Amino acid sequence: MKFPDFDYACPKSLDEALGLLRLHGDDAVLLAGGQSLMPLLAFRLAAPGLLVDLKDVPGLGDIGIDGGGVRLGAFVRWCEIDRNAGLAAAHPLLVEAIGHVAHYQIRNRGTVGGSLAYGDPAAEMPGIAVTCDGEIIVMGESGERRVAAADFFLGALTTCLRPGEIITGLHLPPWPAGRRWAFEEFARRRGDFALAGTALYYDLDSQGRATDAHIGVIGAADRPMRLAQAERMINGSTVNADAIAAAAEAASREVDPMEDFHAPTAYRRALVETLVARALTRAAG
Amino acid sequence: MKPRNLLIGSPMERVEDFRFLRGDGRFVADVNLEGQLHAVIARSAVAHGRIRAIHTGDARAMAGVRAVITARDLGRPVPVIPLRLQPLAELAPFRQPMLAHGKVRFVGEPLAVIVADSPQIAEDALDRIGADIEPLPAIVDREHAEAGETVLFEDHGSNVAIRWTAVRGDAGRAFANAQYVRKETFRIQRHAALFLEPRGFVAQWDGRARKLTLWGAAKVAFANRKILAAAMGLAEQQIEMIEVDVGGGFGSRGEFYPEDFLIPFAARLLNRPVKWIEDRREHLMTANHARETECEIEIAATGDGRILGLRGRSWSDNGAYIRTNGSVAPRNVAQFMSGPYHIENIALSTTQLITNKTPAGTYRGPGRFEADFVRERLIDLMAKDLGLDRVEIRRRNLVRENQMPYPLATITPYESATELDGGDYRQLLDRCLEDFGWAEKVKLDGRLIDGRYHGIAIGCFIEGGGAGPSEDARIVLESDGTYSVYVGSAAVGQGIETIMAQIAGDALEAPFDRIRVRHGSTGDVAQGHGSYHSRATVMGGSAIVLAAEKLRDKLREVAARALGCEPGEVTLDSGTAKGPAGKSLALSELSEAPVEAEATYRGDKHTYAYGSLAAHVAVDVKTGHVEVIDVASIKDVGRIINPATLHGQAVGAIVQGLGGALLEHLVYDGDGQLLTGTLADYMVPSAGCFPVIRSTVVELIPSPNNPLGAKGGGEGEIIPVGGVIANAVAAALADFGVEPMELPLSPPRIWALIG
Ligand SMILES: Cc1cc2nc3c(=O)[nH]c(=O)nc-3n(C[C@H](O)[C@H](O)[C@H](O)COP(=O)(O)OP(=O)(O)OC[C@H]3O[C@@H](n4cnc5c(N)ncnc54)[C@H](O)[C@@H]3O)c2cc1C
Repeated sequence: MKFPDFDYACPKSLDEALGLLRLHGDDAVLLAGGQSLMPLLAFRLAAPGLLVDLKDVPGLGDIGIDGGGVRLGAFVRWCEIDRNAGLAAAHPLLVEAIGHVAHYQIRNRGTVGGSLAYGDPAAEMPGIAVTCDGEIIVMGESGERRVAAADFFLGALTTCLRPGEIITGLHLPPWPAGRRWAFEEFARRRGDFALAGTALYYDLDSQGRATDAHIGVIGAADRPMRLAQAERMINGSTVNADAIAAAAEAASREVDPMEDFHAPTAYRRALVETLVARALTRAAG
Repeated sequence: MKPRNLLIGSPMERVEDFRFLRGDGRFVADVNLEGQLHAVIARSAVAHGRIRAIHTGDARAMAGVRAVITARDLGRPVPVIPLRLQPLAELAPFRQPMLAHGKVRFVGEPLAVIVADSPQIAEDALDRIGADIEPLPAIVDREHAEAGETVLFEDHGSNVAIRWTAVRGDAGRAFANAQYVRKETFRIQRHAALFLEPRGFVAQWDGRARKLTLWGAAKVAFANRKILAAAMGLAEQQIEMIEVDVGGGFGSRGEFYPEDFLIPFAARLLNRPVKWIEDRREHLMTANHARETECEIEIAATGDGRILGLRGRSWSDNGAYIRTNGSVAPRNVAQFMSGPYHIENIALSTTQLITNKTPAGTYRGPGRFEADFVRERLIDLMAKDLGLDRVEIRRRNLVRENQMPYPLATITPYESATELDGGDYRQLLDRCLEDFGWAEKVKLDGRLIDGRYHGIAIGCFIEGGGAGPSEDARIVLESDGTYSVYVGSAAVGQGIETIMAQIAGDALEAPFDRIRVRHGSTGDVAQGHGSYHSRATVMGGSAIVLAAEKLRDKLREVAARALGCEPGEVTLDSGTAKGPAGKSLALSELSEAPVEAEATYRGDKHTYAYGSLAAHVAVDVKTGHVEVIDVASIKDVGRIINPATLHGQAVGAIVQGLGGALLEHLVYDGDGQLLTGTLADYMVPSAGCFPVIRSTVVELIPSPNNPLGAKGGGEGEIIPVGGVIANAVAAALADFGVEPMELPLSPPRIWALIG
């Protein structure tokens, strides 16, 4: 449980950081909040030669809210999402979901970019990014690229990030007034990784029917995912009890939960059904 | 009449807290010696295997590595950890060697000690140790352990270590004639006493004086000194064991583990101080596990719910070796299955099975938590079957005051008989019902409110305390007029410094601030038996009372000489000795040299605190989540020394019990790998989990078995929690016919039971 020997660099610009990654290749690892990385080092599951700390890179800690949506810099910490007065109106689903991430001390350190890059299948931030048509902004040697969150996560702890790339931020499209939404998750203790969770929203047309339903789940497959069948059950409906039951049932069939000693597959599948039903009921209510 | 000193019974603030709250506590990790080296233990990654070779050359060759010690360096025979309690010859084959040789038998078993200039270097060297181990099938369950196709100890030839039996009356007859009989199988999961900071030692060998000093002792320093002396080939007087502050022990901390020997051994070998601090992962896979038991138990009763008998078998999964106190829980499961109830006929056995898991030891309420889960579940099942009220059935069967002292079943081998020492069990049951608000809450039973089913339950328990044989205390009147009180009891977070000062203050009729309690070293008193079995207050406290009497006699003699009168004419109060004719003398002026007295309190009759605990839960049938809405408990400890610290013990015990009932589980896979090696996977209660716990402690009927009248009170309320919570869940889910027979009551398990 003692860290292996490593060097430490604290670049003052994104270019400098990119340069360090180029120079050291595989041997260099980015350090953000350290809440996932440092345990890996302590368990000696990783032994990089160099840690490149992003804390002094300008701009990564910014939160932008405008007509184009919400932009979270990669170094925005969970506690800053809690505290930001504008975000609750600009993206209430984001704020509620992030409220479930980890415990007080970890929330003071863990970051948006770290969570996206780590790609835990039960993590809230990737779940929100996928559910809400987020775009992950990545800087590499050949410049910036934007990756749809839906394409970013490839599997458990695996993303399409290439060697030498740095996540600089996450963009979430604008949140219209009157949107219906809810977040539900179930964890053994507050702050633990969820056994499963769901983030969802839809808009209402002039006849009071749901359109553009987005139903995402975490902890229900090897990566966060949206549930097309369940969404179909909601779109065009009045989100009454029948539609909710049908959508929840569809959701439980669409997911592909893993089995571990915390919970068997059947339990997680049923949990998804329950959580989707509860979230839809809350969103509609 | 002289006003009485009133320290006993006052909620004195803990003197320990001043240093803890200021960050001035000194834990073993805070002990640093000039020139110290750091040790790390190389551990087996294989649950069961034959050791072909342990290659240490690469590690030894690393810069900064001072030594790599394997079993070969320990001499022959490789020392083993002896049994402190129930040291039966037939258990000897299962003792753990200080370092594995020949075979490894659990994941985490020590293979080698690496000593280096820093803990980092030592851990780097870990990767260079090559353990060549031929894997053997791992035994991880009862079925395979009993089948014995693979055995852990070939010389013994079986994985069954021993069978304990508890007998009273004639169970065969009782069952043959009973109107009601029910048999069920119950399982209690492997979990552990997770104390705050992991273990650790700093050892220093003084080659010139040939003296060993060891920081980090706890619980049973004197017993461990004896073991260590034998293993190191030293006399006990050559070893000083020093206690530092600890964040709790709960039965597990302070027992003798391999590191208790390996670290001093390394210090002597290298002639340099050596420090070792356990990390959390090591802790979870090597410190004593507890509780894993399967019970197939039958209850017999009359048609109107009078319990006639208990019989059946239990199997405790002991893990790979029998450690110092490994037999306590298995035997307690059998002996204490009847709890506070009058059950005339008992025939119970517990088989102690050897498996490829971490060895088990005691954890707060050892065997009792397990047994109470079984018994209290059976009583509720029986009430349901017979259509009787669950409270009434308990009231009817509790041991009555006029049956005291009440003998429990006798356990063999290592025969031991014990008896309940007294109490008004029914009065506390009634008081608990009242405190809990049973009459109102019972209306919620089984009802669906806001999507959750509510249920309540109540259970009764006894807690054993005050284990013998003896305890020493020494009191010194220092020349500045203060008293130093030396005890052999150990501090494991229970507030000994405060409680002992209260007892001493009253016995000496001295103010609290003139008393200093010292317990930190084996050099302080001749002998000490430590802190386990809720014995420190009862035994250590009683020794203080005796030592204080002796000291006061001595002071009267000294004063009589100074005042020119007979000792019988001298009266003492807090600061002065008064003779006849108004002559008096300040105690601080009595003599140039300190005056001291030492006494031993002997007693091997146990105390039995007792009480009841009720709980209210709400179950989400969709997720299987059990929320604990309310817990109320009450316990009689005969005499309360400090209501504040005792209340803390009670609440802490309940929270730990809830952890065991709902959250904590050490999970192994089929290969004997521990899957819950971090606190993210091994779930203990966090501060927000169980907000409503109400606990009352009373002094109703003093124990006749010691001069204080006190009963051990450090474990009690953990004991009934598993059974009561399971019963409350069953009550909540009556519509679904859910009857939990297995702990923990995890959401997937409850969900599966609902079906
Ligand atoms: C006890 C505990 C409970 C937790 N519970 C939860 C929970 O309930 N939900 C949840 O979502 N998370 C939880 N976490 C994880 C926590 O939120 C982490 O903070 C997060 O997953 C990683 O963020 P970080 O900033 O700490 O990243 P780090 O640990 O610093 O880095 C993680 C990985 O991301 C890489 N990385 C970091 N920043 C970038 C970047 N800008 N570009 C490219 N790669 C980058 C690093 O190189 C590293 O590989 C928990 C953690 C702990 C310790």
